[in-house]
Formats: sequence, C-alpha cells, structure tokens
Amino acid sequence: MSVIAPNFKLSSFIKSLLDNIFWILLLLVLIGIPLVFMVLFVIPLPVIDGELLTPFLALSWIADPSRTLPIIQAFLETDIFRVMAFPGFGFAALLAAGTIFAERKMMAKIQLRVGPFYCGKFEGILQLMGDGLKLISKEIIIPAKADKPIFWAAPVMFVAAAAAFVALIPVAPGWVVADVDLGLLAVFAVIGFFPIITILSAWSANSKYPFIGGIRALFQMVSFEIPLILSLLGVVILTGSLNLSEIAASQSNFPWIIFLPVGAIVFFITMLAELERIPFDLPEAESEIVAGWLTELSGMMYGLVQLGSYLKLYAFAGLFVVLFLGGWNGPMVVPSFPMELIENGIEMGPITLKISGLAPLLSEVITQEMLNGTLWFVLKTVGVIFFIILPRGVFPRIRVDMLLDLGWSKLIGLAFVNIFIALGLLYAGVLGPGGLQ
Amino acid sequence: MNEIMPGLALQKVDERIMTLNVGPQHPGSGHMRLIVQIDGDYIVACDPDPGYVHRGEEKMAEYRNYILNIPHLERPVIHDSCNVLYPYVLGVEEILGIEVPERAKYVRVIASELNRCIYIMYWLAIYGIFLGHSTMFMWPAGDRELLIDLMEKMTGARVTHAHFIPGGVRNDLPPNFEDVCLRHVNYFEKRIKEYSAVFYDNPILIARTKDTGVLSRQDAIRLGTTGSVLRASGVDYDLRKKEPYDVYDELDVHTNVMKEGDSYARSKIPWLDMLESCNIIRQALQKMPKSGSVRVKLKPNPKGKGLTSVYKRVESGRGSLGCYVVSDGKPEPYRLKLSVPSFRNLIALPYLLKGEKLGNMPSVYWSLNYWPVEADR
Repeated sequence: MSVIAPNFKLSSFIKSLLDNIFWILLLLVLIGIPLVFMVLFVIPLPVIDGELLTPFLALSWIADPSRTLPIIQAFLETDIFRVMAFPGFGFAALLAAGTIFAERKMMAKIQLRVGPFYCGKFEGILQLMGDGLKLISKEIIIPAKADKPIFWAAPVMFVAAAAAFVALIPVAPGWVVADVDLGLLAVFAVIGFFPIITILSAWSANSKYPFIGGIRALFQMVSFEIPLILSLLGVVILTGSLNLSEIAASQSNFPWIIFLPVGAIVFFITMLAELERIPFDLPEAESEIVAGWLTELSGMMYGLVQLGSYLKLYAFAGLFVVLFLGGWNGPMVVPSFPMELIENGIEMGPITLKISGLAPLLSEVITQEMLNGTLWFVLKTVGVIFFIILPRGVFPRIRVDMLLDLGWSKLIGLAFVNIFIALGLLYAGVLGPGGLQ
Repeated sequence: MNEIMPGLALQKVDERIMTLNVGPQHPGSGHMRLIVQIDGDYIVACDPDPGYVHRGEEKMAEYRNYILNIPHLERPVIHDSCNVLYPYVLGVEEILGIEVPERAKYVRVIASELNRCIYIMYWLAIYGIFLGHSTMFMWPAGDRELLIDLMEKMTGARVTHAHFIPGGVRNDLPPNFEDVCLRHVNYFEKRIKEYSAVFYDNPILIARTKDTGVLSRQDAIRLGTTGSVLRASGVDYDLRKKEPYDVYDELDVHTNVMKEGDSYARSKIPWLDMLESCNIIRQALQKMPKSGSVRVKLKPNPKGKGLTSVYKRVESGRGSLGCYVVSDGKPEPYRLKLSVPSFRNLIALPYLLKGEKLGNMPSVYWSLNYWPVEADR
C-alpha cells in the first residue's frame, strides 16, 4: 500500500506550497500589518529602558541583538507571562506532560514491560504528543439525550478550575500568579468546585454509568474535603498565616513535616482521593462502571479532562511541597553569577565583549534565588508526584463503603490529633517566640 | 409479574431501582450479559444472560468423524485446550477399544497440568484487572509466556494444541524436553510464589474480598458447583483423586481446600492449584518411561461397535468437565454432549450477588472461575 497519492507530482506540490506562501504574505501585508497599527493606536505602548516600545523598536531587535534583552526582561515582568508561562499554565502543563510520560514508563518497569517505545527516537518520548493529536482529530460524539450546553461546558470548566488551582501555588520567592493573602482559603474554594463540575458532567450526560460514577465522585470528594481542610489547619496554626508564600517562607530552617507528620500523611491520603488516583479511583472504576463519569466523553473533551486532572495532580503535589516540605527553601546550589564580568565585559585585546542589558536581567528578574528556589521546588514536587503515582502499581481499588469509612471515621480523627499536636507545640513554646523559630 | 409471551415477562419495578445492563460490551463482563438491578449501591437482583457465543459445537460434532472433531472441540476454552479435549479423547478410546501406551499417559498428564497453569494464569490476570490491580494483570500475562513456549516446544502450537488424540498424543516429546520442562516449571513456581506478596497478602485486597459473596458448604453442593468454587467452600472434591484417569492414581495429588467460601478463598484456590500442578509435573517427569511409543496406530475412519455410549469426566482448570459420546457404529458420533464446569458455576452467581455491593460485582463474578465461551459451547 503506497502512502503517497498515486498521481502525486513534486512540482505541483512545491507550486501549491509557493501559492500558499504568496497568499499568506499578501494578506499579511494588506490586512495584518495595517490591523496591528490600528490596534496600536488604542493600546498604550510600554516604556522599556526609557524608550517607548514602538513597532519599529520591536522590529529592530532583529538587527540589533543588544536591544533584545530589555524587551525580554519587560516581557518576563508582565502578568501575562506569569499566567501563561512560568509559574502558571505553561510550566504546570510541562510538568504534567513529564508526569504522564514518567508514570507510563514507571508503571511499565514495575509491570515488567517496556511502555511507550516507538514514538520519537528515544524511549517513546513523543508518545504523549501522538496521543494528544489523536484525541484532537477524533470526532466528538454527544449523546442524543444529553443536556448539551452543560455537557459541553463541564470539561472546559474542569480545566479552568485546575488552572485556577495552579495559579495559587508559589514556585519561587515572588513567583506566583495570584499572591492572595487568604491563599489557603482560596485553595479550599477552588477544590470545592471539582465535585460540582464532576456531577454536572455526569448528570448532564443522561446515562447510567456516568451517573453512578458522578455520584461516587461526589461522595468521595465531599467526604475527603473535610479531613483535607482539617489536616492543613496545623500548618496554619504554627505559621499564623494563610498566605502560601508566607507559609513557604516560614520554613526556611526546617519543613513542617518534621513537626506535623500526622497531618502530612492525612493530607497525602486525602490528596490521592481528591485526585481519583488508585487505590481511590472508584469514580472511574473500569470493571464496575465502564469509565465512570468519563464514559460519555469523547475526543478532545476527554483530553481536556485528562489535562485538567494532571494539572490538578501537579497543583496538589505543589501544595504538599509548599505546606509540608518547605516550598522553595533549600541549600544554595546554583552558583552566583560573575556580576563584574557581566557588567564590565570580557577584554580580548582591543575588543571588549559585553552584552548590555544582561546585568539588569540577571539582577532583577532571573536572580540566583529564583533559580535555586525553582530548582528545589521542582525537585520536591517531582518527588511527591513519584509517591502519588507509585500506589498504582501496588494496590487494587477499594470499595465505596471502605472509602467513606476511611474518610469519615479514621482520617478526621487523625486530623484532629494533628491539630492538637500543633497547638501543643505552640503553647509549650517549642515554636514561636522564644522557641525554635 | 404477567407473562405477555412464553418466556417474556413484564415486571413492575420500584422507582428506586435502576436496571443496569452489564455487558456484552462492558469491560467487566466478558461475552455475556448480567442484568443487574441496583438499589443505591446494593444489588437487588442479578440475572446472568449467557449465550452470546453459542457456536453449536455439539451439533457440529455429529457431522465429523472422531479425528476431525479434535480441533473444533477445543475451541470453547482455547486457553485450556488440552483439558477440554481430555474427556472426549478418553471416551472415544473406550468406544474404539484402544489401549493407550504408558508413556503417552504421562505425556498427557504433563500437558494437561501445564495447560491448567496457562489457563489459571489467564484467569488470574483478568481477576487482577477486575479489582483494579494493573500489575496483577501484566505479571501473569507475562509469566504465562514461559509455559506457552514450553507447550509450543511440545505440541507445535502456542494456544490451540490439538495434541490429544484417541490412542495417545500426536507427537513424541522433543529431545531434551524433560530438562527444559523441569527448569521452566521450577522458575515458574518461584515466580508465582512472589504473587502472594503483591496480591494475596495485600491488605486492600483482603479487606475487599474477605466475606464477600459467601457460598456455604451446603449451598455449594446443592447448586452443583464444581472445581475451585466447590473446594473453596470446604468440599474436598477433585476428580484427579476421586476418579483417577490415566496415571493420576500413580501420582501423589494433593487437593487444596479452604473453608471460608468467600471471594478471597475462591481466588486463592486456583493459585494453590498451580503450585500443586508444578508438583505433579515434577513427579510425572520422574516416573515417565524414558522411551516408547506415544500413540496407537489407528485405522482410517475408526468406527465403534454397535450402539454404545460413554461418559468420561476430568478435572479441568475450572472444575469437572464431562463428555458424553454416543456411537451407533458409524465413523461419526451419534450424539456428543459437553457438560461444562463454567455453566455449573454460573448458576451460583444470582445467589451470591443478591444483597452484595455493586463494587463487589466484578470480583464475585470472576471468582466463580467462569469462562463465557465454554458455558455457551
């Protein structure tokens, strides 16, 4: 079977390519550039290095690389970069993609098989991209009896809620999308959205298996939310703050897991339940209720829910790191930048090699602390994610009654024990004024 | 309940009760359908509906002679193909009046026990994935290859061997088979002992399957269950010991019995059976005559003498598997009836699932050691 069409001609293929390029250039010049200039009349131009960033200046970086760095620096300081790229969505999605790949390879090693192998030259590293493309190109089938607007909206809402959760996690000192004073309360508020979205998606599909799965998810999330909130109160009592950045900064000497191991264990177990990971994957129990509340989702709607759940996984792992493992704190391993060399340049005989704009970039935005903090945060988060995906290779699924029993009677009790430990530490003077910290 | 047609009844259902069609396109059903009625999380009633893979094996057998019947009769359970042919072959030997050579009997026992392990490994893999334990799906499915390779050396085919024929087995063992078999079986035994750490001693598995779907000793006998289901309920019944066929009376066969009768015991008995099979294979390899014929030369189109009928049964991977052959002196059997263990065990399912939680449905269902294709024949 030939892959190329039988009457394929290279010359006509090149001609069609050139045609396309011609039309794109023509439309860009006739419509695109005038449109950009019309928009620029409305938007106030930013000032960079005391100069107004006009389109001419923006284009001139192609000719003069020394102008690039200030523009990049200005871009790095904008909110849109934070939301889209570094502490926000892009960074989280990158870690989530790495998680999926690592999970598949790790499960394969546990189960004595190979895992993704052929897609991409090295160990199937492009498998996720292939899966994503497949999901995008698949047809989206909506059940005839479904409540269509809600059914469409639920996956998008799921990703939006997960992204809102990601926005609250501080990655490095000062690097957080939303630095809310009541950050932990905001986290609880966002977590509270997930059961609603799940039951909306499940109920609107108007099908039996998604409905049972949605009810199960509702049971699970609601009954584990209470131990989740209670297990974090210990940290709040010791820190005296709900701001996640302040909580992370308060652990510069030692992480809270040393004093509150009970709370950390309770939070880890509730985290597994909130994430619907094995052994708590009842809402998606395959052999009982097909795929649970995801049964009727197809194509990219399913892909969106998967993306959302892995973003949620990253956010929960990040929350665990920030609350119990000391966030970005860690020994300084990033070497300090040679600032003299950067400011004065390297003298090579008659020529002095110097990059203007590098010094403010390195001293204001990409500082040594920021790189070090990010490094430690990522390392700790990856470690937590490893422990989140490990039970999948070892445990079978548990049952609804066992799950509710665990949530309501055991974990809530342990969470109260954790609160008493925190109060005891505070009033005995071990921590706080006169104590260790 | 009022019947609108013979066999079709309209039933008034409570508002609270939801009817679920589990299967035949459900990942947890196999080639069958369970009509399950649930009230919240509890199963009120369960009506198993087999018959989706009925192939008319018994009728087909009436149009083929005794040799041509061999390949299609092992289709109901291709993973246990030696054991499903065993009663047929024993029966035909009695009809034709053939005496089987001693070495062939031992080869049959070895092949049968290897095939039992292959079947149970497949069953165990599915039991693992039904409980959401994906490692327990991959490990047995991978370790099964070891014995499949052994069977391939022995019979030439990986799954459907068609190895047993009236009068012995089709081919002699390949050279040096005894050493390879011993090595494979020893490694296999070591490997399946590792399963207890990850699966049978797993606290979550024990909490999930202990005391679920309990089948008492009396009920197990009254419902007519066989094999691992019967032995898990405390009945010491194994045809290899009670009605020894071929050379099982010369071997030391130990029967595994557990008293609990719950889903955990039913899942552990087959695993213990595999360990026992390894012992039997080792004994058979030791006692087997080192040389000799493995089959009797048959005449083309062998015929029985006059109107005779014979019923033979063996202990298969799922329980007692019987074959009733009627001969009227023609080269083809007049009637052939397979009495399969899967169908007997399925009868217990509605009684076990009543009042059980929906989450226990897959584990109870698959612990009955049920093979849908075999039940339909």
